[in-house]
Amino acid sequence: MEQKLNVYNDEKLLKKVIEDRNITIEDALDNEMIINMGPQHPATHGVLRLVLRLDGESVLSAVPELGYLHRGYEKMAEDMSYIEFIPHTDRLDYTATLCNNVAYVLAVEKLLGIEAPKRAQYIRMMIAELSRLAAHMVAIGTYAMDVGAVTMVMWTFREREKIQDIFDRLAGARFTTSYTRIGGVASDADSETIGMVRAFLDQFHSALDEMDKLLLSNRIFIDRLEGIGVLPKEDAIALGITGPNLRASGVEYDVRRAKPYLFYNEMDFKIPTYSEGDCLARYFLRGDEVRESVKILYQILDKMPQGEIIANEPKHTLAHKSEIYSKMEELIHDFMIINYGINPPVGDVFFSAENPKGELGFYIVSNGTGNPWKMKIRSPSFCNLQALAQLCKGAMISDVIAIIGSLDPVMGEADK
Amino acid sequence: MGLEAKLQQDGFITTTIDSIIAWARKSSVWPMPMGISCCAIEMIAAADPKYDLARFGSEVMRFTPRQCDLMIVAGTVTYKMAQVVRRIYDQMPEPKWVIAMGACTSSGGMYRSYNVVQGIDQFLPVDVYTAGCPPRPENLINAVMTIQKKISKTRARDFQDIPMPKPETVNN
Amino acid sequence: MELKELIVEKLKKNFGESVEEVTDFRDDLSITVSTNKIVDVAKFLKEDDDLLFVMCKDVTAIDWAKRKKRFTVVYHVYSFKNNYTLRIKTNIDENPPKLDSVSSIWLSANWYERETYDMYGIIFTNHPDLRRTYMPEGFQYHPLRKDFPVLGIPGSLPLPEKI
Repeated sequence: MEQKLNVYNDEKLLKKVIEDRNITIEDALDNEMIINMGPQHPATHGVLRLVLRLDGESVLSAVPELGYLHRGYEKMAEDMSYIEFIPHTDRLDYTATLCNNVAYVLAVEKLLGIEAPKRAQYIRMMIAELSRLAAHMVAIGTYAMDVGAVTMVMWTFREREKIQDIFDRLAGARFTTSYTRIGGVASDADSETIGMVRAFLDQFHSALDEMDKLLLSNRIFIDRLEGIGVLPKEDAIALGITGPNLRASGVEYDVRRAKPYLFYNEMDFKIPTYSEGDCLARYFLRGDEVRESVKILYQILDKMPQGEIIANEPKHTLAHKSEIYSKMEELIHDFMIINYGINPPVGDVFFSAENPKGELGFYIVSNGTGNPWKMKIRSPSFCNLQALAQLCKGAMISDVIAIIGSLDPVMGEADK
Repeated sequence: MGLEAKLQQDGFITTTIDSIIAWARKSSVWPMPMGISCCAIEMIAAADPKYDLARFGSEVMRFTPRQCDLMIVAGTVTYKMAQVVRRIYDQMPEPKWVIAMGACTSSGGMYRSYNVVQGIDQFLPVDVYTAGCPPRPENLINAVMTIQKKISKTRARDFQDIPMPKPETVNN
Repeated sequence: MELKELIVEKLKKNFGESVEEVTDFRDDLSITVSTNKIVDVAKFLKEDDDLLFVMCKDVTAIDWAKRKKRFTVVYHVYSFKNNYTLRIKTNIDENPPKLDSVSSIWLSANWYERETYDMYGIIFTNHPDLRRTYMPEGFQYHPLRKDFPVLGIPGSLPLPEKI
């Protein structure tokens, strides 16, 4: 341990410190300054820490430091069964909990080689899109709040609450839902839930327009974002950026279109792209994506098929509680799955899904037992944060706030 | 409302210094939102129009610890973050209170892992523990109300022994 | 699948013996290459006109605990041209766990290699900035190794004093 010295108690030392300071006013302006931003800072979206080297007010270099929320997911995953890990996926990107649930079970289903029934897949698609809306509401709200428009966060959270009411009815929890199961979903979406979704969507458009009107008629908002933090197309690809940030730089890459999972290939939607690659483009892109999601949701509601919500794979999927209590075979399978796991074949798979922040991938290595031998979570926020150092270079210190907000990292996912 | 009805005539009331200070203190608890992870989103939700923490006088979220008297630790505290949380707690002026929001901060919650502190009471004096992962906003409001009850019982002389803050020590 | 055959054929033609193993599980093609050729393979995959794997999506490692070559480093790379994600693997020894960094070819590998170093203690030579990402500096262990307990080693991480 370093020895701690109290300057104020030690007169000799205090005198020495004062005498050593031959600083004049010119020096203070000439010299570079290093400041520490975060991990407790309202604009760092959690516990991101940035060390900035400043010359006056412009940033010479920025070093992001992570790990303040490292919870050891990958280690814990090796110690628990595939089913036990579902609740943990909620807490990765905690603004879009259901998107993570869906991505994880799809990865495990790919490993097992099973497929959920059509209705379950449609429900998954519906909740993933609703979750995307909820996540973008947080993203837009906090982004606007960071650059000074505090009203926005109230408005976006008003809309988000309506989505969470739907989740509350559908999954029994408003926030950390753990709603999906391997081979299906936990409970069926009844007609009232579907009605709630439709009622929400019907009023959502006018709310979005209202928000846009508030922000885009505001000069301060535009001036603080336009031309700030420009990320060229080539750099975005080299840095491995995915999701809205990549599309705002002009690359038309969306996993829902590139490698369609669920039934996204049956949906009619556009992939919005912008060529500017600045903070304003990233704001517009999220707004456009929300509108496309609404379009997808209407199609899902129209096409929603009837049928089973969990696959008929007794060795891999958990039966409903009422069946376990009344039927012998279900009881045995339940016992075996809970105690010994679902034992996928030996092998490794990589599955990625398009999440609100980018491409969330799961790389699972199975050795044939009930626990994964290795689970790697390829989190989009982690990779998106790599661009931060480059974007902050040469920017003003107030731009750093806008840049972090526009990249929209979620530290729960970046730190794992 | 309540007070004006009693002030119809000459306008004085008798009370003790203790109770009027406690009353003032409990009605304007300024929280320090130590938003670390998932619970932070629910903490914002508690302050949003639907749940409206402002009804209880606690809507003034200050991001600087020097203006706060209640720290809401919202989210999983890792060993690396624990140093930061403690440092921020030390910067808050006395008297101060702490809410451990959610299972992670109360006990480590679902994270039995190498990097998660199994309960922030290992290094902070916690006044109210809140159940849930994350707690619903109603539950957080309940925690704030519990803190208010606790504050209303305090007396001025309880805080007599609090030392004046010392100048910061530096590492040399 | 034509593309998979093309990738394997091209790699075998250019690197011959260095391509150790090719597996195809659940439609995921993974190619194991020799450790000393990893940078060359990466450069080839990125720059070949038919392949153009320009984006590195992920770098991680697997700890096999009891195998002779204890660690496998895994890369996932993506080609926009072919719309395909390829997995490259390379097996390395435990003593010393060392291989060349590919961050000069794929910029995004920079942080992933740092993460892998932090979690497994695998040293990437020629890496521009090999520091720990998640764990604090001064932490002695590498958590994702199989000999590290889930609950950690008591006293290895400092906690502030109790008030």
